[in-house]
Amino acid sequence: MPSIKVYNARDVDELVLLDVSATDEKREPDYLTISELCDECFVPLTYGGGVTNIEVIRKLLLSGADKVAINTFAYSEPEFIREASARYGSQCIVASIDVKRNDAGNHECFSHCGKKSTGLDPISWAKRLEELGVGEILLTSIERDGSMLGYDTELTKNISTAVSIPVIASGGAGNFEHMLDVIQNGGASAVAAASIFHFTEQTPAEARDYLAKNGIPVRKT
Amino acid sequence: MNVLIVDYGMGNIGSVRRVIEERGATPIITQYPEDIKKANKIILPGVGAFPDGMFSLNKTGWVDVLRKAILEDGKSIFGICLGMQLLATVSYEGHETSGLDLIGGVVEPLKANAPDIRIPHVGWNEIEFHRNDPLIEGVAQGTDCYFVHSYHFIPKEDEYIVATTPYCGQFVSIVRKESVYGAQFHPEKSSKAGLRIIENYLKI
Repeated sequence: MPSIKVYNARDVDELVLLDVSATDEKREPDYLTISELCDECFVPLTYGGGVTNIEVIRKLLLSGADKVAINTFAYSEPEFIREASARYGSQCIVASIDVKRNDAGNHECFSHCGKKSTGLDPISWAKRLEELGVGEILLTSIERDGSMLGYDTELTKNISTAVSIPVIASGGAGNFEHMLDVIQNGGASAVAAASIFHFTEQTPAEARDYLAKNGIPVRKT
Repeated sequence: MNVLIVDYGMGNIGSVRRVIEERGATPIITQYPEDIKKANKIILPGVGAFPDGMFSLNKTGWVDVLRKAILEDGKSIFGICLGMQLLATVSYEGHETSGLDLIGGVVEPLKANAPDIRIPHVGWNEIEFHRNDPLIEGVAQGTDCYFVHSYHFIPKEDEYIVATTPYCGQFVSIVRKESVYGAQFHPEKSSKAGLRIIENYLKI
C-alpha cells in the first residue's frame, strides 16, 4: 500500500502489479488488497497473477484493475485468451511473456514464474498470442530482470517486429539511456521498470524528461 | 449529489466509483434500472466489446430506461470508453450492432495510417479541443489522457465533437450532444486532468 502511494505521488504513467507465483500455487487474486490499492491509484493498473477464468477477470475489474496480465495459464489454455479478449476486449488482456536463453543459447519462453521451460520460441508465441486476441505484450527478460544492466533490446526488437500490438519492455532498466535504447532500437512502445525507481534516486518524471529531450513522445504532466 | 454508475458487467467500476467519492459525490453502483430514479447524473463505464455491452444492457432492461431518462426526463449521461461508444447509433465491432443512439454516429475500427502505428491504441495521448465546453473547463489544450481502445466513435455531426486526438490520423476523443457526454479515454485513470473532467461533469 505505501509504495502505491509513493508511485502515485511520483506520477508514474501506469502501474503493473504482478503476483508471479499465484497460478503456480493455485491462488486467486487477493481482491480486497487490490481494491485498496486501486483506491489510491488514479492511473491505469494492470494486475497479473492467478488469472485462470473469466470470473477472476470480472472480479479484478470490479476491484478497480483496468487490465489483466496472463502468463502461465496461457500456455496450458490458449483458448482462454481468445475467450477473455472476446469478452472484455483486447485492450483489457495483456499477455506477459517471460524469456531467457536456453542451454542452446536461444531465447525461449518460460512459465511458472520463469521456472518451467515451455520449448516455445518467443517470436512464434507472441504471434500466436496476438492472433488469440491480446492487446499488449509485457515482455520480460528473466536474465535482465533486477540486474539494472539494460533491457534485452535484441529480444524486444524480434518481438516488436513480429507483432503489430504494443510491446512493453521489462527487465533490466538501470538508467534512462537503457529506456531510450529499447524504445529506439528495440521498438518498444513502453518501458516497465521497478528496481531503478526502488533502489536509485531516479524518478519517473526525470525519465520522461530525458526521453522527451531525445525525441520520444511522452506524457506531459 | 447522487451519481448512478451503471453496472452491466462490463466495467472497471471500482476506479470510477473511487473518483466520484474523491470529488465529494455519492456513487450508486447498480445493476437495476429501477434505481434510475435515485440520480439525475448517470455514468456509463465500460471495458470490453460493443456487442457484449449492448447484449448485457438489453438483457437487463437498461436500454429503454436510459433512453427515456435522457430523452424525456432530462437526465444527463457520461459514457466512458466503451460507454461512449455505446451512445452511438450503430457499431461495426465484430458484427453490426445497434447502440443506444443517444448521439448520432457510428463506431468503426481504428485503422493504422503508418507502418509503426499499433492497435489497440494504448497509453497517454493528447486531447485537442475543437470548442469550449463546461466539461473541459480548466483543462489545458493538448493535455495527455489515458486511452485503451481499438474502435472509435464517428459522430454524424461535427458539432458533437468537443475534442479529438491525433492517432491513426485523428479520432474523436470527447463528444457531447445536449446532456449526453462521452470520453473515449478514461478520465478516472487520467490523473489530474481526468479528475478535473469528472469534477466538471459533476458540476454541470
